[in-house]
Amino acid sequence: MSELKLMKGNEALAEAAIRAGVDAYFGYPITPQSEVIEYLMTERPEERTGMVVLQAESEIAAINMVYGAASTGKKVLTSSSSPGISLKLEGISYLAGAELPAVIVNVVRGGPGLGTIQPSQADYFQSVKGGGHGDYKLYVLAPASVQEMSDFVEDAFDIAFKYRAPVLILSDGLIGQMMEKVNLKDQQKRLTDAEVIKKYDSWATTGKTNRKRNIITSLDLQSEKMEARVRKLMKKYEQMEKEDLRYEEFQTEDAEYLFVAYGSSARIAQKAVQLARAKGIKAGLLRPITLFPYPKQKLFELADQVKGILSVELNAGQMVEDVQLAVQFKVPVEHFGRTGGIIHTPEEVLEALEQKIIK
Amino acid sequence: MDIQDIIKPENQVFCKTKLMTDTTLSYCPGCGHGTAHNLTMEVIDEMGIVEDTIGVAPVGCSVLAYDFMNIDITQAAHGRAPAVATAIARTWPEKYVFTYQGDGDLAAIGTAETIHTCNRGENIVIIFVNNGIYGMTGGQMAPTTLEGMMSSTSPYGREVKTMGSPIKMTELVAHLPGVYYATRQSIHTHKHARKAKKAIQKAFENTRLKKGVSFIEIVSNCNSGWKMTPNESNIWMEEHMFPYFPLGDIKVNGILK
Repeated sequence: MSELKLMKGNEALAEAAIRAGVDAYFGYPITPQSEVIEYLMTERPEERTGMVVLQAESEIAAINMVYGAASTGKKVLTSSSSPGISLKLEGISYLAGAELPAVIVNVVRGGPGLGTIQPSQADYFQSVKGGGHGDYKLYVLAPASVQEMSDFVEDAFDIAFKYRAPVLILSDGLIGQMMEKVNLKDQQKRLTDAEVIKKYDSWATTGKTNRKRNIITSLDLQSEKMEARVRKLMKKYEQMEKEDLRYEEFQTEDAEYLFVAYGSSARIAQKAVQLARAKGIKAGLLRPITLFPYPKQKLFELADQVKGILSVELNAGQMVEDVQLAVQFKVPVEHFGRTGGIIHTPEEVLEALEQKIIK
Repeated sequence: MDIQDIIKPENQVFCKTKLMTDTTLSYCPGCGHGTAHNLTMEVIDEMGIVEDTIGVAPVGCSVLAYDFMNIDITQAAHGRAPAVATAIARTWPEKYVFTYQGDGDLAAIGTAETIHTCNRGENIVIIFVNNGIYGMTGGQMAPTTLEGMMSSTSPYGREVKTMGSPIKMTELVAHLPGVYYATRQSIHTHKHARKAKKAIQKAFENTRLKKGVSFIEIVSNCNSGWKMTPNESNIWMEEHMFPYFPLGDIKVNGILK
């Protein structure tokens, strides 16, 4: 039965994972996402669905556990926050290289280094520009509400298995920690071992039967073969751009000025649009829901309509580079954002639009 | 009776291990990996568990183990094989899961994973081939390189004062309650290989009985890395490696010897 509840973002995500029929969660505590593993340990998903939950000795071990379970066709999840995600990047690169489906959640905090435990969006580059080594990309979903923290778990696994690729849910300390109403989906059954074997027999290492042996690896010592592997990955990413791009528009129909913002910043920018309109400024918002693929074409088109664009991010200016690339200098593009864990107010965002774009 | 009558399959005393592929081994002539592979595959074949066995390959010389072992294998990042195996064993509790790792992989970069996997008592087999050197990258110092032993990164010999002592992983993990069986074997003679095979058999039996970690160290040679002939390397191993890494069981059925 679907169910309406008041929950923290992190808890909603954990509950959604149980309900989505996830086979295993491997994680390591770090603020501000520890509620994910705490909730899972408290809920005893082993009894509810048979889901395995394990607190690993490190983020490195956790991501490699994800790699192990994913290599056998299991539906597997991990979560962490910025410094922990940095540790996981080697494993994420391996997941991409070995073409394994898995979902990773980053509840971002401020950096660099140990940084702060307050919310931030400073891991944009890390998320969409590779992060780990080698030619790979992650499909990146950016939730802007507790509802989306819940909904995106299933969406992320759908994409992960459609492409046999790792998917990142890029949240932040604000979305992870705040409480909102959430409509939880019905419980889905976990696949049985026999169903997993049947479904993923062409690649998963579940034990060699009469078929050819299955091997999961990201290694190819022959350059031509390795290049073919990379090309195959690039084909997947092209297909993602064609078929699975997601974004949302808010009052862009008649907009003369545009905010571009994702996640928690999109919530704040949406309020700034309302404040602007109350002052007679025709502002609108484009909210990328996927950060890769990115709504490049949509931005390119909107640039013909608006006089200027402000990229609003909880960082020192990262996504703004992608906005500039998409817009190709048709109109001025500026960045506004606070860092260090400070969350900008809608008034500050509007003021930045007036000072940097409208002038 | 001509030769064709003699070489019939039913007359063969020695034959190729069924679960080894026809791919030529990439190991140097004289290296112990081939034998260690063979013994592991023989055990899996004889126990009739291939359909339920998942191997985890390391980074190092045996990174390409999946080219030679005709079973399902997931190749792990450097040192992370025990974490990979943990997840497979947890999500497939009825399967036989083993890692095959070298000394750099298991005792240096993967120390944390090794210790914690053993401490949790994951139901897996760990086959640890210790040849005291990094073979694949060209003969650098390993955590198990003996004192005074030369390598490309200890060109004047391992100096304990600055480089630490060679680590005895099997003794170390044997003290953890999650480890049910810890033994040190070698495979350089038929006698030793037969003993090692028995140990591997016992380890997979332990998995069947869900006893936790079975940890098998195989002290082996690296004639290329040690810059010796295969025969010289085996003699050197007996004279130098075995005194520091003595062969035999360290923990059996959960009880320290």
